[in-house]
Amino acid sequence: MSESARTPLSPRERRQEGKDRGATVPAVRGDDLRRHLPALEPDRRLTDWGRSERVEEALDKSLVDFLYRYWFRADVEGIEHVPSAGGALLVSNHAGALPPDATMIAKAIREEHPHPRPLNITVEHFFKGYPGLSMLLPKLGAVAAHPANVHRLLYDEQQLVLVFPEGRKGTEKLYRDRYRLRRFGRGGFVEAAMRARVPIVPVSVVGAEEAAPVFAQMGMLKRLTGLLYFPLTPTFPHLGPLGMLGYLPAKFKLRFLEPIQFDAADMQNDGALVQTVAHEVRARIQESLFDMLSTRRSVWFG
Amino acid sequence: MRSRRFLITGLSTYWGGRLARALEADPGVEAIVGVDNEEPGVELERTEYVKVSNQHGLLRRVVEAAEIDTVVDTRLVVDSAVTAPRLAHENNVIGTMNILAACGEGGCVKKFVFKSSTHFYGANQDDPAFFDEAMGRPHPPGTAIERDILEAEASVAEFADRNPGVSVSVLRFANVLGPAVDTSHIDMFGLPAIPMILGFDPRYQFVHEDDVVHALEHVVQNELPGVFNVAADGVLALSEVAGLLGKPYAPVLPPWGTGLAASVARRLGVDIPAEMLAQMRFGRGVDNRRLKAAGFDYGYTSREAVVALGEHMRLSPLLRSGVEPYRYEREVEEFLRWSPNVRNARPKVQAGAAPGLPAPPVDHYDALGAEEIISLLSSLERADLEALRDYEAGHRGRDDVIGTIESLLARSDPAG
Repeated sequence: MSESARTPLSPRERRQEGKDRGATVPAVRGDDLRRHLPALEPDRRLTDWGRSERVEEALDKSLVDFLYRYWFRADVEGIEHVPSAGGALLVSNHAGALPPDATMIAKAIREEHPHPRPLNITVEHFFKGYPGLSMLLPKLGAVAAHPANVHRLLYDEQQLVLVFPEGRKGTEKLYRDRYRLRRFGRGGFVEAAMRARVPIVPVSVVGAEEAAPVFAQMGMLKRLTGLLYFPLTPTFPHLGPLGMLGYLPAKFKLRFLEPIQFDAADMQNDGALVQTVAHEVRARIQESLFDMLSTRRSVWFG
Repeated sequence: MRSRRFLITGLSTYWGGRLARALEADPGVEAIVGVDNEEPGVELERTEYVKVSNQHGLLRRVVEAAEIDTVVDTRLVVDSAVTAPRLAHENNVIGTMNILAACGEGGCVKKFVFKSSTHFYGANQDDPAFFDEAMGRPHPPGTAIERDILEAEASVAEFADRNPGVSVSVLRFANVLGPAVDTSHIDMFGLPAIPMILGFDPRYQFVHEDDVVHALEHVVQNELPGVFNVAADGVLALSEVAGLLGKPYAPVLPPWGTGLAASVARRLGVDIPAEMLAQMRFGRGVDNRRLKAAGFDYGYTSREAVVALGEHMRLSPLLRSGVEPYRYEREVEEFLRWSPNVRNARPKVQAGAAPGLPAPPVDHYDALGAEEIISLLSSLERADLEALRDYEAGHRGRDDVIGTIESLLARSDPAG
């Protein structure tokens, strides 16, 4: 083959070749590899993902429990739509500075579900590079939003994963745009669920927008601090970094919607179908949000 | 294909020496030749050491003269604190090219095993939590040693493409732990406190030194072409490692300007190379299931490897006694291998291989190939021939050897 007999021209090109060849490794993918997952080691205090039950519990007792019961007084509907076994991808709307919604969803499953299960929350890769957060977030069950990570959790380990397809566009959103969903990425989350053949459970959350409203984004300070975004909220930045936790006591309502099942194999290769499902999920969450908002009489009392 | 005649490059490295020893214990192995430009560091019984640096012409002659069928390349340098950067590049990139040149193009080599490192994947912010073998690294490498590893692997992959008749296996090893190896990470774990970068608690996966040798053996003895990650079960956080070693951790390296701080630390005698800094920031985990699915069982988990290292570290100050380290002396080794006066050479092989069977009447019988034995047979006495037939039947049972002996016996049979 003349193509491979050619001398590689530069290290860069050769690297590229090496990469391509890596992809042609005969893939021994499938059920047989799931048997070879590492066994649980009861002596360890961390999981292989870096999650620590101890740290989680400490934060739960000190802060999350208080927020969930007394500060946000969370109401939960449709918890039965979260499966008791097997993988599932939870998809939710996302808003507010240092959004409390992920924590509240995890807490709701822990409190209300007949079979409480840990929830893995996908976060931006950014946090892995930020000192302090890089150490803390994995211990609380945050996982970088890499397709391979999501697939391993959903398919191989059959766990629950929460994604926010709006991503940063959701947290950067200002108060006046509240409860209007941004674009849902490129449908990567649908592909992930289809590939792992697990259901998608849409979740709509009301309250996060008012609990941590963002009035403005300060681009200059964002660049100076190297943070992902630098919002102006009722308590931040003038009360210091802890001002990020200065949530207003808005009433939280969480609604788990009916799961969307994917039964056929290799659905993820159908690009049009992926986009259709992504739109459908977005529409369901948006509809549910408007429904919840239309019956809400007070931001603070529900 | 069953591998019988081995060439091990990097015999002076810990891995080369250990692998040669393991192969020596296998009576199915006919010949083991080790090449390196430094002398072997462990005592070997029948492995022949040839001092060749990376000249492919000489290597090719060795390969062809000994009819090598399997080449195990254990020579890759994966720790830039151990070797000078220029030497490492010479060894990793140029050396690999030369060894491949000596093996390829219609030669006798049928299997090539390459020891690589999970530094192939690097350690970056946007890495997946578990790299599998099909994944590339998200960014081009930033350190010299990672660049070298990528280039070496690329030339191995190119070799595999051009020589479809050769089964090429690449093993990517995670950070090795064990009492006998010396790496930057083990040096770091030997400090009174484990230094960390402030605000980071990276994920680490290890592999015990015994598992490294067993994995190489496993791949040599089975037909497993392709790339395999070799890393023990379990990914530990660095703080967890410190806890298992019973040491405090000290977040002394600042998150910004870490490189500068590392160069200060180097002045103070703590060498933290660049690729290790990246790992101390972002960590790395790999998916080890492919090799497990290929039938390999790990002897240690990551946690057990760390615990074993901790036990060794606590004991080693007490055990540091007068065991003379092995030194290679060419004359002694040659005497032991080739002198007709050596009577009980290789006690281990005979004892381990076939208990109860008498020793073969021919010196170095195990090191000889079938054709060489057949050419020797005509000079033997009848009693020796019978003993040899029993020995061969009890060991490798090669049909051509036994057949020749039988025919010689029939010819010299006094009755017939």
